[in-house]
Amino acid sequence: MKASPEGVLTGVHFMDGDHAACEGAIAAGCRFVAGYPITPSTEVVERFSVRIPTVGGMFIQMEDEIASSIAIQGAAWGGAKVMTVTSGPGLSLMMEHIGLAVMAEVPCVIVDVQRGGPSTGLPTLPAQADMMQVKWGSHGDYQIIALSPNSPQECFDLMIRAFNLSETWRCPVFMMMDEVVGHMVERVEIPPADQIEIVPRRWTTKKPSEYRAFEPGPDMVPDMAKAGDGYKLHITGLTHDERGYPAMNVPAQNRLVRRLSDKILKNRDKIVDVREDGCEDADIIVVSYGITSRVAGAAVEMARGLGLKVGSARMVVCWPFPDVEIARLSRKAKAIVVPELNLGQMVGEVERAACGDARVYLVDHAGGSVHEPERILETILQAARDAGLGFKTEAERS
Amino acid sequence: MNPTEIMVSDADEKDVDTSRVAPIENPVLSMLRQDRLPHIWCPGCGIGTVVNCFSRALMSSGHDMNNVAVVSGIGCTGRVAGYMNLDSFHTTHGRSIPFATGLRLANPGLKVVVFSGDGDLFAIGGNHFLHAARRNLDMLIVCVNNFTYGMTGGQVAPTTPLKSTQSTMPFGNFEPPMNLPFVADAAGASYVARWTVFHIRQLVRAMKEGMEHKGFSFIEIMSPCPTLYLRRNKLGDGVDQVRYFKEHSVLKNGANTQDVAITATDPIVVGTFVERERPTWLDSRNAQLTATLGDRFVPYGGQNVQK
Repeated sequence: MKASPEGVLTGVHFMDGDHAACEGAIAAGCRFVAGYPITPSTEVVERFSVRIPTVGGMFIQMEDEIASSIAIQGAAWGGAKVMTVTSGPGLSLMMEHIGLAVMAEVPCVIVDVQRGGPSTGLPTLPAQADMMQVKWGSHGDYQIIALSPNSPQECFDLMIRAFNLSETWRCPVFMMMDEVVGHMVERVEIPPADQIEIVPRRWTTKKPSEYRAFEPGPDMVPDMAKAGDGYKLHITGLTHDERGYPAMNVPAQNRLVRRLSDKILKNRDKIVDVREDGCEDADIIVVSYGITSRVAGAAVEMARGLGLKVGSARMVVCWPFPDVEIARLSRKAKAIVVPELNLGQMVGEVERAACGDARVYLVDHAGGSVHEPERILETILQAARDAGLGFKTEAERS
Repeated sequence: MNPTEIMVSDADEKDVDTSRVAPIENPVLSMLRQDRLPHIWCPGCGIGTVVNCFSRALMSSGHDMNNVAVVSGIGCTGRVAGYMNLDSFHTTHGRSIPFATGLRLANPGLKVVVFSGDGDLFAIGGNHFLHAARRNLDMLIVCVNNFTYGMTGGQVAPTTPLKSTQSTMPFGNFEPPMNLPFVADAAGASYVARWTVFHIRQLVRAMKEGMEHKGFSFIEIMSPCPTLYLRRNKLGDGVDQVRYFKEHSVLKNGANTQDVAITATDPIVVGTFVERERPTWLDSRNAQLTATLGDRFVPYGGQNVQK
């Protein structure tokens, strides 16, 4: 269905990623945000608290991130499209409730504007160091969806996709921003509401007497019912059967936990998004995501200028990990270069998918700024030398 | 299992001509998820009595049961949500109040009742309790205080009386317990009462009052844990404890909550301690935004709820 025109700021704006993310949420139909201030994400909730009273939504600043991350789940069962916003330390506090949202299949969007860590780390400076926390931080086996915007425009566009994915697959969806994407100011174009496709909540059409809260549909996802509509829901974080009743035994655990993972993994083709550029005949492919993909773009251009066949593959969706796509690329290329603003997180997944077909090089960074393109270029050139590829030196080129 | 069978099976079949016994139906059965019975609580536990009182309070309240939701945390009392035939949410340890906050604000037509234990609400969840009371969120909090962590095997709780033995206070508790009504009062709760599971009529009435009261209502219910608190401290069984509640309770409506701490020697003060009018969070929000934004303010209407 099309977005409600209520609150959609159609037009061309000059705004930062945090503000654009907030506008994306409002356009996607988000009407309930619970949050707690944390740099560098606070602008998202500040803007929401200003904007939402005239749009008919609700904002509450909770007492901590633990409370925020479960208040939104209460609100989701109350019928709202919901979001919370945080950064690394707050995300760490939310971990138990990410598990609850997975287990109870609660559609919700969690924005993580990443900063340097561990601990308080670098509150005002960027990193991409929560990529593994977001996937593995809560206990138990689970799958989530994580998107990685690289511009304020994408903070708007991908926010709409984040809500649509969370409503479709009934799982927490993460917007993995970072301090630079959150605070950089660029042109952001917000289309008219009738050009914004949004996914409504999958409310059941069954009567209460026929409805089973966790009976999966053909896509492995159950339809939802709202508190107050007579369905007498029982929702628990315990392992449960299709009625939602606790069922703490091996078959119930096996059935539920596998379905929760499979509904994402077996539908991954509908979720993953890898943007390839010049990969068809590339010898070296730079695989990147988020803000680092902007810097990587400069390094790729420089390497091409030296006569190397370098492709670029950007993971717009980092989880589920695009392993099929990376495996395909690694069979064609001799080397894969992975720059990321951490000491090596997604590179491990790239190596796993590449399976030795291409040699994988990490361009790490402890965080605090984006990479210098020259550092990525150096690694591309090292990969070229290791693969016996010829290229002009900088001196020959000039 | 049919609950009627459970009740009849208590009698010795040889002595009872069952053909002459009228079918027994528990009067609150319609309020329970019968397909989840029998429940997990121990013989002599007070939580079943509290559920019975809550069911009676609901049945006589005139509320549409489709509009009442129960939210629980984790623990023995946390299992209440699983047995009530209502929209019911069994959430995470200590976080029932923030979940209830979201549920209530996103669906303003709901009556939201939080059912949890003393450890859940006042140890791990203590901060949420304070802030929900401060905000005067419109919800009823029912705290079953059994002085221990029952589900995990009887560890010291923020309410465990001094000198009592618990598995993690094996040589006697030296931490002063919390006076729950005083905490609720100080944080801004607008209805505060304490009863014990002996006071079933008062409890039914208090639960109805708490649900009707506009704002943050808190009821502490003292309840026996025969398995892990009473037995370990040689205090008898559940019936002994209820007898103790009966003999040592003193009714003091309007008592100063500073003076109602539970001690080994003083009588147990019960009654309605606080009843005050204070705008709820939602009323305050709507008033403030109307005053500042005028016609531009759009109250929460769940426009995004497509049904």
